[in-house]
Amino acid sequence: MKSGSRLERILAAGHFAVTSELGPPKNADPDNIRKKASYCLGNVDAANVTDNQTAIVRMSSIAAGTIALSCGVEPVIQMVCRDRNRIAMQSDILGAAALGCKNLLCLSGDHQKFGNHPQASGVYDLDSMQLIDMVRRMRDDKTFLSGEPIKDHEPRFFIGAAANPFADPLNFRITRLAKKIAAGVDFIQTQCIFDIDRFEQYMKMVVDRGLHEKAYILAGLAPVRSERALQYMKDEVPGMSVPDELIARMAAVKDKDEKMEEGIKICLEMIECVKHIEGVRGIHLMPVGWESITPVIVERAGLLPRPDVA
Amino acid sequence: MIVADRKPLDEILASIEPYKKIMLMGCGGCVTICFSGGAKAVELLASQIRMARNKAGSDIDIVECTPERQCEFEFIDAFKEQIASVEAVLSIACGVGVQTMNEHLAEGVTIPGLNTKFMGYPVEHGLWQERCAGCGDCVLQWTGGLCPVARCAKRLFNGPCGGSAGGRCEVDKEVECVWQLIHDRLEKLNKLENLEIVRPARDWRTSTNAGQRKVKFEEAML
Ligand code: SF4
Ligand code: SF4
Repeated sequence: MKSGSRLERILAAGHFAVTSELGPPKNADPDNIRKKASYCLGNVDAANVTDNQTAIVRMSSIAAGTIALSCGVEPVIQMVCRDRNRIAMQSDILGAAALGCKNLLCLSGDHQKFGNHPQASGVYDLDSMQLIDMVRRMRDDKTFLSGEPIKDHEPRFFIGAAANPFADPLNFRITRLAKKIAAGVDFIQTQCIFDIDRFEQYMKMVVDRGLHEKAYILAGLAPVRSERALQYMKDEVPGMSVPDELIARMAAVKDKDEKMEEGIKICLEMIECVKHIEGVRGIHLMPVGWESITPVIVERAGLLPRPDVA
Repeated sequence: MIVADRKPLDEILASIEPYKKIMLMGCGGCVTICFSGGAKAVELLASQIRMARNKAGSDIDIVECTPERQCEFEFIDAFKEQIASVEAVLSIACGVGVQTMNEHLAEGVTIPGLNTKFMGYPVEHGLWQERCAGCGDCVLQWTGGLCPVARCAKRLFNGPCGGSAGGRCEVDKEVECVWQLIHDRLEKLNKLENLEIVRPARDWRTSTNAGQRKVKFEEAML
């Protein structure tokens, strides 16, 4: 075991993993995390705690992740390169490990332009690839990035990264995944999948290169409640592929509750699909602003109870 | 070349407000080429200032000049006497020119009239784009000659990020994703293998955050 995290044990044991997302609040309220953690407890193997997602200031992912941990939910601490240099990052990595966090997801981060402080200077001392490499060195080589040894108590993380099968240039996406694996990534969570066909093509290339045997790949899925949300992602989120049929399908349902049900159904169908795609080892649910739906989806997808790997 | 843009007139007027006699100094170098600080720009700005001050009822005397380059002692020394006769110099050279003036002719004060933007070139008539951030450790040899430091919004060394779509940067649809360009160019050059290597963390000491940098050319030293 690299980290001994629950997520790692689940995947190593060959179970189909389920992770979801837990967005920290825009204030200092610990109960907000506790409430969201209650939707995760027993329903997912680990929950990603986002790091100032879309560059909007929120409670620190390490602080929020520690609160989740105290509620019995294992966090995947997200860490972006936008806000901290290598000194602050390594310091936070040590801190997160000392607090009992065992999964770390390495991201470049949404550009500060999208957030509530577009005036901020972006740091980008490292990129996500270099961050992965640094976390791996701290764990496996027991050194800081500078090469200085970490004498004992090195931080041991199960290292994650994101992959976007839908961004350009398409043929390079596999190479980039291979690079992340070479840098030291253990698991991958993909960008939200709506375009199953393209995702299947992508996974085929992944399998052809044998990459599915070098890192665990979790398919990213986002339950949505309206065609507006889908249209928004299609138009405004760069590197996102949303088929028009899906938007039309949501739009055809008029009643609000039925729409919700349709959204859940779509998500369940997607889960069924990705389960059968070679190389997919689990799902990552991203119910942005709809955290309460996680237990419903996991239950109806027949993914409960979560396996015991203690 | 260094590309600069004129400051808003109101900001310029505010910064020269206390003075009755100034010199307006342009530069015959880069800023002449990008129209912000050459002899013509000096003439135009001087008349704008005169008009504004006249309207405000506080006339100003402006000595106009445009040395060949404002960033070299020998060219600015030629104006020493005139400089001594004014209360302040308003410079429409880049930030380097303004500092040369302030440090070399320390008695007088020189105020910037331009915002210095970047090093780049005109990609078309009247349109300049950034190309180099002076990072001090050039990587163009493996990027197909295109710069990720100055041109990628996240200065990635292992791009493109997940936001690259249709050749555009996630930050702005008007901006090209340089990593897409790097990819395409390397593909053309049959050098895509350059992108297979994980590029290690950069040593930024060569860049701007290790204090003021120097370049020495021994042969030229007296
Ligand atoms: S790599 Fe550095 S030196 Fe080379 S063009 Fe880019 S910023 Fe300039
Ligand atoms: S879209 Fe391209 S240029 Fe923009 S931040 Fe990502 S890699 Fe850099």
